[in-house]
Amino acid sequence: MFAKFLQTVYLGIKSLLVQKLRAGLAALGIFIGTSTVIWLVAMGEGVSYRAQQQILELGAKNVIVRTKQPNEGSEEDANSRVKTYGLLRADYRRIVENIPNIRRAIPMRELRYELRLDDRTVDTKLVGCTEDYLTLNRLEIARGRWLSSRDRGKKVIVLASDTAKRLFPYENPIGRAIWVGSEFYTVIGQTKDRTASAAIGGSLDSREYNLDAYISIKTLRQRVGDMVMKRVGGGQGFNFVGEDVELSQITVEVNLIEQVDETAQIIETLLKKYHQEEDYAVVVPRELLRQAERTRTMFNVLLVIIAGISLLVGGIGIMNIMLATVTERTREIGVRRALGAARSDIIGQFLAETVVLTASGGLAGVLFGLSVGPIFRLTKLAITAISPDALPPIVHSLEPRIALWSVLLSLGISLGVGVLFGVYPARKAAYLDPIEALRHE
Amino acid sequence: MDNFAFRVQDLHRTYYMKGETVHALRGVSFDVFSGEYIAIMGPSGSGKSTLLNVLGCLDRPTQGRYLLAGQDVAQIDDYQLSRIRGRRIGFVFQSYNLLQQLNVVENIKVPLQYQGLIGKDATKRCSELAELVGLGSRLFHRPTELSGGQQQRVAIARSLVNDPYFVLADEATGNLDSKTTEEVLDLFQTLNEAGKTIVMITHEDEVAARAKRVIRLRDGEVESDVINNP
Repeated sequence: MFAKFLQTVYLGIKSLLVQKLRAGLAALGIFIGTSTVIWLVAMGEGVSYRAQQQILELGAKNVIVRTKQPNEGSEEDANSRVKTYGLLRADYRRIVENIPNIRRAIPMRELRYELRLDDRTVDTKLVGCTEDYLTLNRLEIARGRWLSSRDRGKKVIVLASDTAKRLFPYENPIGRAIWVGSEFYTVIGQTKDRTASAAIGGSLDSREYNLDAYISIKTLRQRVGDMVMKRVGGGQGFNFVGEDVELSQITVEVNLIEQVDETAQIIETLLKKYHQEEDYAVVVPRELLRQAERTRTMFNVLLVIIAGISLLVGGIGIMNIMLATVTERTREIGVRRALGAARSDIIGQFLAETVVLTASGGLAGVLFGLSVGPIFRLTKLAITAISPDALPPIVHSLEPRIALWSVLLSLGISLGVGVLFGVYPARKAAYLDPIEALRHE
Repeated sequence: MDNFAFRVQDLHRTYYMKGETVHALRGVSFDVFSGEYIAIMGPSGSGKSTLLNVLGCLDRPTQGRYLLAGQDVAQIDDYQLSRIRGRRIGFVFQSYNLLQQLNVVENIKVPLQYQGLIGKDATKRCSELAELVGLGSRLFHRPTELSGGQQQRVAIARSLVNDPYFVLADEATGNLDSKTTEEVLDLFQTLNEAGKTIVMITHEDEVAARAKRVIRLRDGEVESDVINNP
């Protein structure tokens, strides 16, 4: 039985090789369809993988509570020059004291601030944070050291890579003193380069880490204060606006991943009680992850539909070729029938031919599809070599990821297309009248 | 009883073409014994081709019996007819009808494939048959690389491969020149002397003269059935 099957397949290959160009062109449709599926899915997976990584960096066990400007200030606020809003230190205390299952809660305050050394200035984001901030954001120390618990209230500062480069283009910044506002701070460390995170789900802004400067949150409170004033506009007199914010963000880490949603809700309820306006946002990275997952699924469904259409077109091409083949080989069919072939033998023969055709097209498509990584990288290199700015940065960071299911699916579909579109021509061949077929010129 | 290669009894075959009824066979009866060499002759329209199709199990008679080794095959279904064609009958056609994409041995092997015989033994048997018909040196040639006479020899070898009850040759020498016709007819004669039953459909008297018995058809009926005296 198996030997007979092999024989049929062998015969199919042999008959196809009689018309190499035609068989090749017919299989091309399937080839393109299959490789398209794998390529597109790999690209899509690459994009969503990156998004997922970024969300995971926020921490799947974390609940992030952020300060945001309230949508519409009250009358009173609109008139006053200093806007008071946001998370309070009291909120932080309440969260720590009232909410169960918390492993740690990390407060953070960030504001735009100017650092100065001699005649060099740099506009940084000054971050007041605790010692946990380093690990929480996966920052790494390039030289010197990170803030420790002993630095609380002290005038020491850690610079991010770009900040350090601008203030100390040629020197080692460690141990040097810089101006932070009107005071000297000693540089104790420098962090490594870290790529910016993208804006996710509209809830979090994209975050550029390389122009940061880190000091202890206690120092920030004592030396800089909550209120920041800045001059706006030109014209006569002083036009200052200010904001009075105690904390920019509280990152809450729970013990178990299942507690994330519950904890987020409790925090939300808790904050609502003490905030009249909605000047905070509770972001759950896990929820973002689920959203990303849904988007990805939808995207994949779309891809599969597109791929299905392209394989359908390929299949119709195959059927067309097989119908022509049947007409051309009517005589052969007659001879085979006379020599003892039953209808089922003829069906098997033509079906085998169609399936061999689509399977080889599909297999070649899979091989080409699997080479998406190297080809994509080479193309990127080539384009960059010709004109360095031609590609948007997102393309540079994109790495296609081949999904096993896409390979199996496209191979399966190409075989299925072979069977589906092979049946009609094969039946047509089998139901020819052998006498007529033998007489066919 | 076992001596019969086949028997036909009162065969009728009626076609309906464009509202017209054509009586191609109107009651044909004759018996063929094993080891006979018969020629079936007749002018065009005599029902020769129809009889060939019925004898070759490619067509079913409208009426009558066709006994092949004692079994009536007149009204069996397509699948069984296919099996009988594959196992009991050896076809030789006027235009050879070899498969172009296959070589000599593979062509001879085709009927065996449909019986599921595809092992080494089958290949060996095919090579032997090719040698028997004088093509031992051309086992792996394609039909296009062979002359007409050689192609017809391959076809004859193919008709023998399933060890049939009889070889059914349809104008087997129609496309050949007189010299190769002689060679092919010699081959048929040799086969007959070795015990093969041969049924030759022809309209050429020289070809019919080599047979031991000649059946003439006219208007769908047997006109004469005579033994050739050598």
